[in-house]
Amino acid sequence: MAYTEEELKKELETKEYEYGFYTDIESDTFPVGLNEEIVIAISKKKEEPEWMTQWRLEAFRIWESMEEPTWANVHYEKPDFQKISYYSAPKSADPNKTLDDVDPDLLEMYRKLGISVDEQKKLQNVAVDIVVDSVSVATTFKKTLAEKGIIFMPISEAIKEHPELVKKYIGSVVPQKDNFYAALNSAVFTDGSFCYIPKGVRCPMELSTYFRINQAGTGQFERTLLIADEDSYVSYLEGCTAPSRDENQLHAAVVELIALDGAEIKYSTVQNWFPGNSEGKGGVFNFVTKRAICEKNAKVSWTQVETGSAVTWKYPSCILKGDNSIGEFYSIAVTNNYQQADTGTKMIHLGKNTKSTIISKGISAGKSQNSYRGLVQINSRADGARNFSQCDSLLMGNECGAHTFPYIEAKNKTAMIEHEATTSKIGEDQIFYCNQRGIDTEKAIALIVNGFSKEVLNKLPMEFAVEAQKLLEISLEGSVG
Amino acid sequence: MLKIKDLHASVDDKEILRGINLEVKAGEVHAIMGPNGSGKSTLASVIAGNERFEVTQGSIELSGEDLEEVSPEERAHKGVFLSFQYPVEIPGVSVTNFMKTAINESRKAKGLEDMPAKDMLKLIREKSELLEIDRKFLSRSLNEGFSGGEKKRNEIFQMAMLEPKVAILDETDSGLDIDALRIVASGVNKLKSKDNAVILITHYQRLLEYIVPDFVHVLHNGKIVKSGGKELALELEEKGYDWLKQETAV
Repeated sequence: MAYTEEELKKELETKEYEYGFYTDIESDTFPVGLNEEIVIAISKKKEEPEWMTQWRLEAFRIWESMEEPTWANVHYEKPDFQKISYYSAPKSADPNKTLDDVDPDLLEMYRKLGISVDEQKKLQNVAVDIVVDSVSVATTFKKTLAEKGIIFMPISEAIKEHPELVKKYIGSVVPQKDNFYAALNSAVFTDGSFCYIPKGVRCPMELSTYFRINQAGTGQFERTLLIADEDSYVSYLEGCTAPSRDENQLHAAVVELIALDGAEIKYSTVQNWFPGNSEGKGGVFNFVTKRAICEKNAKVSWTQVETGSAVTWKYPSCILKGDNSIGEFYSIAVTNNYQQADTGTKMIHLGKNTKSTIISKGISAGKSQNSYRGLVQINSRADGARNFSQCDSLLMGNECGAHTFPYIEAKNKTAMIEHEATTSKIGEDQIFYCNQRGIDTEKAIALIVNGFSKEVLNKLPMEFAVEAQKLLEISLEGSVG
Repeated sequence: MLKIKDLHASVDDKEILRGINLEVKAGEVHAIMGPNGSGKSTLASVIAGNERFEVTQGSIELSGEDLEEVSPEERAHKGVFLSFQYPVEIPGVSVTNFMKTAINESRKAKGLEDMPAKDMLKLIREKSELLEIDRKFLSRSLNEGFSGGEKKRNEIFQMAMLEPKVAILDETDSGLDIDALRIVASGVNKLKSKDNAVILITHYQRLLEYIVPDFVHVLHNGKIVKSGGKELALELEEKGYDWLKQETAV
């Protein structure tokens, strides 16, 4: 039988988060609370050099003087930063271990997540770094990559092994004082991925990081630093999941991308943190700062599929510093139930003939609120800068909201800026049309949503696109009113 | 094949169909004519299972099976096809992808594997030639930016792909110029066989010059007020509907 609105709602409520399992791995967790001692203790635990400890402390002092931002179109109970534990590591993690030594429970967890850390990945040509709670557990393919001079390792190791690179670039795109969450991250980050692609090297495989929060009452603050040296190329994937819990979990990451002259970085994210249950309880608070700097003729593409988190606050941005540099942002943000997303991008045009493209697709269902917030800024010296923005919203039902906040600041008369926006709703007539052709309602929604998101899905690497499509289907099953 | 008995249906408590009786056998073509608002499109929607309409009385049987508890998609799997009067747009979903999904969903319901890509391509090639459809057209988003004629032709293309038992063509002729009408009609004629049936819903005699019906029914106020052979359509063309309205009022 075709669905009535009531039936659909009911079904939607019973749809459970697919990745909501908890793996019982012994872990080493710090007491809750944040002060200078904790910051120093984290640094010590990671056996960091003194300059890093000082950098963290500097960040902590800045953070203390800052206020949590309130301008985003999201409403939530502010996390109590003194009730969070800032370090949680699976006890059996030892950076010197090979894959064979990895805790079988951990491996089982990867299996549930659909990640295979072994030969399968070799076939798929993906090198993976996995961060569970706060610690990087396994980095595959180190050797293959090393032959090309590519460095891909947990940032905690890079701090020790390549201090000159880390010291030079960390905080160069997102300084400690950038914003409240970035400052917090700078003080307490425990791990993340580090990647360096040497001059003229095309990275032969997709690099990938999986983040997962496992332990209750912990925050995850990972830090990713990716440097593409002159004329190099890399495609980087990032996936995220968390178990379902009643309390909100905090995730405040910082990602810095550096694309030197002529380099190209593709950075793709499929974010599937626990979104909270159907009453809006629990879920991850996702406050992330992602930014890239593009030197001359460099190109950075951000592609993101955001289906999870209770609250998302995230604006992957590009500073188009060098002449002829290109910034791209392709985004699909799905919100359902009580989820709130305030996401978008900033394109800062500093160099001449810089180009940026923004394609944002927002899909809202249930009682959720989905906002696009974007800034296109053309500096006075940026002659011939061009931007094209397109923001489309798709609504399901009558209780959700879609909002668009485009900001444009043009200080150069030669700038060309285009902005397009549409809002549409999945209609009963579309569903019935599909039903009449033998396609059931679930499949019909998936078909319509995929059609709507196609321009962005096409930008993802193949195997990721398939996963993203599935995620869209799971997140929206039965959500047409 | 299709047996409709004393069918009553309403929308928002307003009764639209007030006791329809109709039997359509395999190999037959029936035309349903009638003035605006007589319930023609509602009848088509109700046969296809649109739940916006509530069936308050009577029954619809397909090959002896009561359709009351059968969902629209299951009706489609069993061979009911509706060519929509106003086909909807689905942006970003190509005609090919849509058809692939529709065919494979039907196959899945019958416990069959997905149709192999090679067979699918062959089928698409065959049927698009039948309806003189440019292959480029098939990669366009479903109905998005299609002209009225293109939309209708696309509906018949889908019918050709799905090979239904009972096809209901709801005002397929409206919005078609004479050339397109000829192509669509010849397509329908080629798809017609002794094993399937066609119900044409139309205002005008014009379509019936190309697809010749075995029976013509006149719908007025939610009831079939007159049935006859193809000559009834000509009579309607000549005299309009008013004489029938008066006749039924008496």
